[in-house]
Amino acid sequence: MSSVINVRGLEKSYGSNKAVAGIDLTIEPGEIFALLGPNGAGKTTTVEILEGFRDRDRGDVSVLGTDPGVKGEQARRWRNRIGIVLQSTNDAGDLSVFETVAHFAKYYSNPRGVDEVINAVGLTDKSAALIRTLSGGQRRRLDVALGIIGSPELLFLDEPTTGFDPEARRAFWALIQDLRKSGATILLTTHYLDEAEALADRVAVINQGKIIEVATPALLGGRATSLATVSWKGANGLQSERTDNPTALIRKLTETYKDEIPELTVKRASLEDIYLEMIGGVGVEE
Amino acid sequence: MSKNKVSVNKVPSALAIGIARGGLEVKQFMRQRESVVFTLAFPIMLLAIFGSVFTNELTDGVTFSQYFVAGMIASGLVNTGFQQLAIMIPVERDFGTLKRLRGTPMPASSYFIGKSIVVFVTMVIQVALLLIAGVLFFGVNLPTDPAKWFTFTWLIILGSAASTALGIAFSVIPKSGRGASAVVSPVVIILQFFSGVFFVFTDLPGWMQQVAALFPLKWMTQGMRSVFLPDSFAAQEVAGTWETGRTFWIILAWLIAGLVISIKTFKWEQER
Repeated sequence: MSSVINVRGLEKSYGSNKAVAGIDLTIEPGEIFALLGPNGAGKTTTVEILEGFRDRDRGDVSVLGTDPGVKGEQARRWRNRIGIVLQSTNDAGDLSVFETVAHFAKYYSNPRGVDEVINAVGLTDKSAALIRTLSGGQRRRLDVALGIIGSPELLFLDEPTTGFDPEARRAFWALIQDLRKSGATILLTTHYLDEAEALADRVAVINQGKIIEVATPALLGGRATSLATVSWKGANGLQSERTDNPTALIRKLTETYKDEIPELTVKRASLEDIYLEMIGGVGVEE
Repeated sequence: MSKNKVSVNKVPSALAIGIARGGLEVKQFMRQRESVVFTLAFPIMLLAIFGSVFTNELTDGVTFSQYFVAGMIASGLVNTGFQQLAIMIPVERDFGTLKRLRGTPMPASSYFIGKSIVVFVTMVIQVALLLIAGVLFFGVNLPTDPAKWFTFTWLIILGSAASTALGIAFSVIPKSGRGASAVVSPVVIILQFFSGVFFVFTDLPGWMQQVAALFPLKWMTQGMRSVFLPDSFAAQEVAGTWETGRTFWIILAWLIAGLVISIKTFKWEQER
């Protein structure tokens, strides 16, 4: 099976500002792929080109085998196969959840069941409630319901949990993981590193219009092999040591402390540490 | 090998989606109580005010209320279509409603069809209430000649279509939803004054009449006068006749212009 998204040499400038400066990207069927990057890195421009919202200057782009720049009936057939969950939408407050989802279902050739989708996003209790009475998190769930009602093969999720409390984020992540089971490919953009780590199969870090690295969250930036910090409470208070072989160090420590090594922790660089190093590093070069 | 009957590419037609949108928009409109009251009651209030202030007869048997009701119905075409849409669409653009719709298989034509439906429905209700109030409280006479009702019907349909198209076309001008009303309302109010809604058209200065003749509202009011005033009154019009044929062609021309501009310039997002 061919790739869901295939991008080669993508470029886009606004005036003299090169927002996207030559991006290659391949996303495979069934993947959850996260695009990470600071504001102004070219993340939004890239995604909006893939969504067919924006023209490109150069490069080959194929999304579900179609150029997102298509127009007319071809564009409608293509949009019939994708779902887009935008950042904030704040509209149609006078309709109920059910009415809104049922209405969007009429746009697609092969929609999922309205009640089934409302249930999938956890809004069954709110089905008859007017949208303006929903909380921010509930509205976001409705946004996702509208994104998936057409049974999309590819779903774009743009910073889906911005403004969520931690509990709501966890629940939302569970929802996204459920979606992948239905076989959909998901392209996620996010500011949150823990979100990328929890959800994504692969992560691309984008900065200054270029992709710096593509890897699984565990391997990004050589994370798996980076130095670990082992710390414990020694005779002179808290001690710590950076090592590329923490197991050996701990083995040594167990000889000193017969029982329990007091307050032992082993810490590897978090995805956030790695990420900040990556985007900072590029910034210094320029 | 399974035989799958479902044709994945058969997207619902633009017309079917447009009709669904119309139903949804009417529902939304009806739930916004303030705007329902404003849209439907405001013309009646104006009729009450003008009907009480100007109690004179313009000619034998033609009261100012009778003259004014024709102008108010024509204004209703402009208010429910042009004014409402040119204010609402920038708001929907700001809220991201349009961007979300753009990401679905819904084509722009369905959005336009939905808007035409909600404009037509609200306009018919507004006109019906205005006529009922006019007859019951302000001595307005309804025409009895079927030919006049025929003119009335095509004026309503053509006028509301033109007003809808021009409202969508004009919606690219306001830079934000919040500022839209300030941009659109003065245009409508000035047109109303120039087009003989609040005053007898032939009493206006000549240059005002000439400016008004360029825009569709003047022709809509004149058309409505041909419906609600006796034919003897035609002699008092600028041309000395109702100019019914010219009215038809001018409103049709505005409808086509509005459609072309809408299709060419419609914006789903405010450019940054």
